[in-house]
Amino acid sequence: MSRFPIGHVLGFLFSLLLTFAAAGIALKTSLSFKTIMWIIGGLAVVQAGLQLTMFMHVNEGEDRHSQWINILYGVFLAVIIVAGSIWVMSFGGTHSH
Amino acid sequence: MSAKAYGTSSLPLEYQSEQSRMNILGFWIFLGAEIVLFATLFGVYGVLYERYAGGPTHQDIIMIREVMIQTMLLLTSSFTCGVAIHEMRRGSLKGLLTWLVITLLLGAGFLYMEINEFMHYVHEGATMQTSAFLSSFFVLLGTHGLHVTFGILWAIMVIIQLLQRGLTPVTARKTFIIGLYWHFLDVVWIFIFTFVYLKGMVS
Repeated sequence: MSRFPIGHVLGFLFSLLLTFAAAGIALKTSLSFKTIMWIIGGLAVVQAGLQLTMFMHVNEGEDRHSQWINILYGVFLAVIIVAGSIWVMSFGGTHSH
Repeated sequence: MSAKAYGTSSLPLEYQSEQSRMNILGFWIFLGAEIVLFATLFGVYGVLYERYAGGPTHQDIIMIREVMIQTMLLLTSSFTCGVAIHEMRRGSLKGLLTWLVITLLLGAGFLYMEINEFMHYVHEGATMQTSAFLSSFFVLLGTHGLHVTFGILWAIMVIIQLLQRGLTPVTARKTFIIGLYWHFLDVVWIFIFTFVYLKGMVS
Protein backbone atom coordinates (compact mmCIF):
# COMPACT_ATOMS: atom_id res chain seq x y z
CA MET A 1 0.00 0.00 0.00
CA SER A 2 1.36 3.39 -0.98
CA ARG A 3 2.52 5.80 1.66
CA PHE A 4 0.57 8.76 0.30
CA PRO A 5 -3.25 8.48 0.67
CA ILE A 6 -3.98 9.89 -2.79
CA GLY A 7 -7.63 8.76 -2.81
CA HIS A 8 -8.34 10.50 0.46
CA VAL A 9 -6.60 13.71 -0.59
CA LEU A 10 -8.60 13.80 -3.84
CA GLY A 11 -11.83 13.11 -1.93
CA PHE A 12 -11.01 15.94 0.48
CA LEU A 13 -10.23 18.42 -2.32
CA PHE A 14 -13.45 17.53 -4.18
CA SER A 15 -15.44 17.87 -0.93
CA LEU A 16 -13.95 21.34 -0.30
CA LEU A 17 -14.74 22.35 -3.87
CA LEU A 18 -18.36 21.15 -3.56
CA THR A 19 -18.82 22.87 -0.17
CA PHE A 20 -17.53 26.22 -1.42
CA ALA A 21 -19.49 25.89 -4.68
CA ALA A 22 -22.71 25.32 -2.70
CA ALA A 23 -21.97 28.24 -0.36
CA GLY A 24 -21.09 30.52 -3.28
CA ILE A 25 -24.25 29.64 -5.22
CA ALA A 26 -26.47 30.04 -2.16
CA LEU A 27 -24.96 33.24 -0.77
CA LYS A 28 -23.53 35.13 -3.77
CA THR A 29 -25.93 34.56 -6.68
CA SER A 30 -29.43 35.92 -7.25
CA LEU A 31 -30.92 32.80 -8.85
CA SER A 32 -34.45 31.82 -7.79
CA PHE A 33 -34.93 29.95 -4.51
CA LYS A 34 -36.04 26.81 -6.33
CA THR A 35 -33.06 26.79 -8.71
CA ILE A 36 -30.59 27.32 -5.87
CA MET A 37 -32.14 24.53 -3.78
CA TRP A 38 -31.98 22.05 -6.67
CA ILE A 39 -28.35 22.90 -7.39
CA ILE A 40 -27.05 22.84 -3.79
CA GLY A 41 -29.19 19.76 -3.00
CA GLY A 42 -27.55 18.02 -5.95
CA LEU A 43 -24.09 19.08 -4.77
CA ALA A 44 -24.86 17.68 -1.28
CA VAL A 45 -25.86 14.30 -2.75
CA VAL A 46 -22.67 14.21 -4.86
CA GLN A 47 -20.56 15.00 -1.78
CA ALA A 48 -22.30 12.29 0.26
CA GLY A 49 -21.55 9.81 -2.53
CA LEU A 50 -17.93 10.95 -2.50
CA GLN A 51 -17.64 10.32 1.25
CA LEU A 52 -19.22 6.87 0.85
CA THR A 53 -16.93 5.73 -1.94
CA MET A 54 -13.65 7.53 -1.18
CA PHE A 55 -13.64 7.69 2.65
CA MET A 56 -15.94 4.88 3.82
CA HIS A 57 -14.69 2.11 1.48
CA VAL A 58 -18.26 1.08 0.67
CA ASN A 59 -17.06 -0.70 -2.48
CA GLU A 60 -14.76 -3.15 -0.74
CA GLY A 61 -15.28 -6.38 1.18
CA GLU A 62 -17.32 -9.37 0.10
CA ASP A 63 -20.52 -7.73 1.41
CA ARG A 64 -20.29 -4.60 -0.77
CA HIS A 65 -23.52 -5.41 -2.62
CA SER A 66 -25.44 -5.79 0.65
CA GLN A 67 -23.85 -2.55 1.90
CA TRP A 68 -25.00 -0.66 -1.19
CA ILE A 69 -28.50 -2.15 -1.15
CA ASN A 70 -28.85 -1.28 2.52
CA ILE A 71 -27.64 2.33 2.09
CA LEU A 72 -29.75 2.89 -1.03
CA TYR A 73 -32.81 1.55 0.81
CA GLY A 74 -32.04 3.96 3.68
CA VAL A 75 -31.82 6.83 1.19
CA PHE A 76 -35.08 5.69 -0.46
CA LEU A 77 -36.84 5.78 2.93
CA ALA A 78 -35.27 9.16 3.73
CA VAL A 79 -36.61 10.69 0.50
CA ILE A 80 -40.10 9.27 1.14
CA ILE A 81 -40.11 10.51 4.76
CA VAL A 82 -38.82 14.02 4.03
CA ALA A 83 -40.56 14.73 0.71
CA GLY A 84 -43.73 12.93 1.84
CA SER A 85 -43.97 14.89 5.10
CA ILE A 86 -43.44 18.24 3.41
CA TRP A 87 -45.88 17.34 0.61
CA VAL A 88 -48.70 16.09 2.82
CA MET A 89 -48.34 19.00 5.28
CA SER A 90 -48.51 21.55 2.48
CA PHE A 91 -52.28 21.05 2.01
CA GLY A 92 -54.76 23.55 3.45
CA GLY A 93 -51.98 25.79 4.64
CA THR A 94 -53.64 29.19 4.27
CA HIS A 95 -53.21 30.02 7.95
CA SER A 96 -49.66 30.65 9.06
CA HIS A 97 -48.96 29.80 12.67
CA MET B 1 -6.31 -10.60 -9.99
CA SER B 2 -10.04 -11.06 -9.69
CA ALA B 3 -11.88 -10.25 -6.47
CA LYS B 4 -12.57 -13.94 -5.91
CA ALA B 5 -8.91 -14.92 -6.04
CA TYR B 6 -7.63 -13.22 -2.92
CA GLY B 7 -6.83 -15.34 0.10
CA THR B 8 -7.86 -14.35 3.60
CA SER B 9 -4.34 -13.20 4.46
CA SER B 10 -4.32 -10.51 1.75
CA LEU B 11 -7.39 -8.86 3.23
CA PRO B 12 -6.95 -5.83 5.50
CA LEU B 13 -6.73 -6.76 9.18
CA GLU B 14 -10.30 -5.66 9.95
CA TYR B 15 -11.83 -8.08 7.38
CA GLN B 16 -9.85 -11.19 8.36
CA SER B 17 -12.35 -13.04 10.53
CA GLU B 18 -15.92 -13.97 9.69
CA GLN B 19 -16.95 -12.30 12.96
CA SER B 20 -15.32 -9.00 11.92
CA ARG B 21 -16.92 -9.08 8.47
CA MET B 22 -20.32 -9.64 10.12
CA ASN B 23 -19.68 -6.78 12.58
CA ILE B 24 -18.81 -4.40 9.74
CA LEU B 25 -21.86 -5.42 7.69
CA GLY B 26 -23.97 -5.06 10.83
CA PHE B 27 -22.65 -1.57 11.33
CA TRP B 28 -23.61 -0.63 7.77
CA ILE B 29 -27.14 -1.81 8.57
CA PHE B 30 -27.10 0.37 11.71
CA LEU B 31 -26.05 3.33 9.54
CA GLY B 32 -29.07 2.63 7.33
CA ALA B 33 -31.26 3.00 10.43
CA GLU B 34 -29.41 6.20 11.33
CA ILE B 35 -30.24 7.60 7.88
CA VAL B 36 -33.92 7.01 8.66
CA LEU B 37 -33.58 8.58 12.15
CA PHE B 38 -32.12 11.75 10.69
CA ALA B 39 -34.64 11.69 7.84
CA THR B 40 -37.51 11.95 10.36
CA LEU B 41 -35.83 14.99 11.94
CA PHE B 42 -35.17 16.58 8.54
CA GLY B 43 -38.81 15.89 7.65
CA VAL B 44 -40.07 17.67 10.78
CA TYR B 45 -37.71 20.57 10.15
CA GLY B 46 -38.78 20.78 6.49
CA VAL B 47 -42.43 21.05 7.56
CA LEU B 48 -41.87 23.59 10.35
CA TYR B 49 -38.99 25.71 9.09
CA GLU B 50 -41.11 28.80 8.36
CA ARG B 51 -43.23 28.63 11.53
CA TYR B 52 -41.48 31.50 13.31
CA ALA B 53 -44.42 32.31 15.66
CA GLY B 54 -43.32 35.96 15.70
CA GLY B 55 -39.84 34.95 16.89
CA PRO B 56 -36.50 35.28 15.11
CA THR B 57 -36.09 34.01 11.53
CA HIS B 58 -33.07 32.29 9.97
CA GLN B 59 -31.58 35.56 8.78
CA ASP B 60 -31.95 37.04 12.28
CA ILE B 61 -29.85 34.42 14.02
CA ILE B 62 -27.63 32.38 11.65
CA MET B 63 -23.94 33.29 11.87
CA ILE B 64 -22.80 31.98 8.49
CA ARG B 65 -19.08 32.65 9.09
CA GLU B 66 -19.07 30.45 12.21
CA VAL B 67 -21.09 27.80 10.37
CA MET B 68 -18.51 27.74 7.54
CA ILE B 69 -15.73 27.21 10.11
CA GLN B 70 -17.70 24.37 11.75
CA THR B 71 -18.19 22.81 8.30
CA MET B 72 -14.46 23.02 7.56
CA LEU B 73 -13.56 21.49 10.96
CA LEU B 74 -15.88 18.51 10.48
CA LEU B 75 -14.98 18.00 6.81
CA THR B 76 -11.26 18.08 7.63
CA SER B 77 -11.80 15.67 10.54
CA SER B 78 -13.53 13.25 8.16
CA PHE B 79 -10.47 13.46 5.90
CA THR B 80 -7.97 12.94 8.76
CA CYS B 81 -10.05 9.98 9.95
CA GLY B 82 -9.73 8.50 6.46
CA VAL B 83 -5.96 9.01 6.61
CA ALA B 84 -5.94 7.27 10.02
CA ILE B 85 -7.52 4.16 8.46
CA HIS B 86 -5.02 4.41 5.59
CA GLU B 87 -2.18 4.40 8.15
CA MET B 88 -3.76 1.44 9.93
CA ARG B 89 -3.74 -0.53 6.66
CA ARG B 90 -0.06 0.27 6.22
CA GLY B 91 0.43 -1.37 9.61
CA SER B 92 1.51 1.87 11.29
CA LEU B 93 0.05 2.07 14.81
CA LYS B 94 1.84 5.37 15.42
CA GLY B 95 0.42 6.93 12.24
CA LEU B 96 -3.05 5.63 13.08
CA LEU B 97 -2.98 7.07 16.60
CA THR B 98 -1.56 10.43 15.43
CA TRP B 99 -4.26 10.94 12.82
CA LEU B 100 -7.00 9.68 15.16
CA VAL B 101 -5.99 12.23 17.80
CA ILE B 102 -5.97 15.01 15.16
CA THR B 103 -9.45 13.84 14.11
CA LEU B 104 -10.71 14.06 17.68
CA LEU B 105 -9.20 17.52 18.23
CA LEU B 106 -10.99 18.77 15.10
CA GLY B 107 -14.20 17.10 16.31
CA ALA B 108 -13.83 18.75 19.72
CA GLY B 109 -13.28 22.11 17.97
CA PHE B 110 -16.49 21.58 16.02
CA LEU B 111 -18.38 20.74 19.21
CA TYR B 112 -16.98 23.77 21.05
CA MET B 113 -18.14 26.06 18.23
CA GLU B 114 -21.57 24.45 18.05
CA ILE B 115 -22.13 24.83 21.81
CA ASN B 116 -21.05 28.49 21.58
CA GLU B 117 -23.46 28.93 18.66
CA PHE B 118 -26.36 27.49 20.68
CA MET B 119 -25.50 29.68 23.69
CA HIS B 120 -25.43 32.71 21.41
CA TYR B 121 -28.90 31.86 20.06
CA VAL B 122 -30.30 31.43 23.57
CA HIS B 123 -28.86 34.81 24.61
CA GLU B 124 -30.59 36.32 21.58
CA GLY B 125 -33.87 34.91 22.86
CA ALA B 126 -33.99 32.06 20.31
CA THR B 127 -34.66 28.98 22.46
CA MET B 128 -36.29 25.61 21.83
CA GLN B 129 -39.53 27.03 23.28
CA THR B 130 -39.63 30.13 21.07
CA SER B 131 -41.18 28.69 17.92
CA ALA B 132 -41.83 25.49 15.99
CA PHE B 133 -38.97 26.47 13.67
CA LEU B 134 -36.52 26.67 16.58
CA SER B 135 -37.84 23.49 18.25
CA SER B 136 -37.20 21.46 15.10
CA PHE B 137 -33.92 23.31 14.49
CA PHE B 138 -32.50 22.53 17.93
CA VAL B 139 -33.71 18.91 17.89
CA LEU B 140 -32.09 18.22 14.49
CA LEU B 141 -28.84 20.06 15.29
CA GLY B 142 -28.75 18.75 18.87
CA THR B 143 -29.18 15.13 17.76
CA HIS B 144 -26.24 15.52 15.40
CA GLY B 145 -24.16 17.24 18.13
CA LEU B 146 -24.95 14.42 20.56
CA HIS B 147 -23.78 11.91 17.95
CA VAL B 148 -20.49 13.81 17.62
CA THR B 149 -20.10 13.86 21.42
CA PHE B 150 -20.73 10.13 21.59
CA GLY B 151 -18.32 9.55 18.70
CA ILE B 152 -15.53 11.39 20.53
CA LEU B 153 -16.05 9.34 23.72
CA TRP B 154 -16.24 6.11 21.72
CA ALA B 155 -13.05 6.92 19.78
CA ILE B 156 -11.20 7.67 23.04
CA MET B 157 -12.11 4.20 24.29
CA VAL B 158 -10.89 2.65 21.02
CA ILE B 159 -7.61 4.61 21.32
CA ILE B 160 -7.14 3.22 24.86
CA GLN B 161 -7.59 -0.33 23.51
CA LEU B 162 -5.13 0.37 20.68
CA LEU B 163 -2.57 1.55 23.24
CA GLN B 164 -3.13 -1.52 25.43
CA ARG B 165 -3.35 -4.24 22.76
CA GLY B 166 -1.75 -2.79 19.63
CA LEU B 167 -3.06 -3.54 16.14
CA THR B 168 -4.91 -6.86 16.15
CA PRO B 169 -7.75 -8.06 13.90
CA VAL B 170 -10.16 -7.08 16.71
CA THR B 171 -8.82 -3.57 17.44
CA ALA B 172 -8.48 -2.94 13.67
CA ARG B 173 -12.14 -3.87 13.20
CA LYS B 174 -13.20 -1.57 16.07
CA THR B 175 -11.15 1.28 14.62
CA PHE B 176 -12.60 0.76 11.15
CA ILE B 177 -16.15 0.85 12.55
CA ILE B 178 -15.66 4.08 14.55
CA GLY B 179 -14.19 5.47 11.31
CA LEU B 180 -17.39 4.60 9.43
CA TYR B 181 -19.43 6.28 12.17
CA TRP B 182 -17.30 9.42 12.03
CA HIS B 183 -17.57 9.75 8.23
CA PHE B 184 -21.32 9.22 8.53
CA LEU B 185 -21.60 12.19 10.91
CA ASP B 186 -19.88 14.35 8.30
CA VAL B 187 -22.35 13.12 5.67
CA VAL B 188 -25.26 14.16 7.93
CA TRP B 189 -23.59 17.55 8.44
CA ILE B 190 -23.40 18.11 4.65
CA PHE B 191 -27.20 17.92 4.60
CA ILE B 192 -27.60 20.12 7.69
CA PHE B 193 -25.25 22.68 6.12
CA THR B 194 -27.20 22.60 2.85
CA PHE B 195 -30.82 22.27 3.97
CA VAL B 196 -30.72 24.19 7.26
CA TYR B 197 -28.04 26.87 7.00
CA LEU B 198 -27.69 27.61 3.27
CA LYS B 199 -31.44 27.20 2.67
CA GLY B 200 -32.12 29.52 5.62
CA MET B 201 -29.83 32.18 4.19
CA VAL B 202 -31.49 31.96 0.74
CA SER B 203 -35.17 32.01 1.69
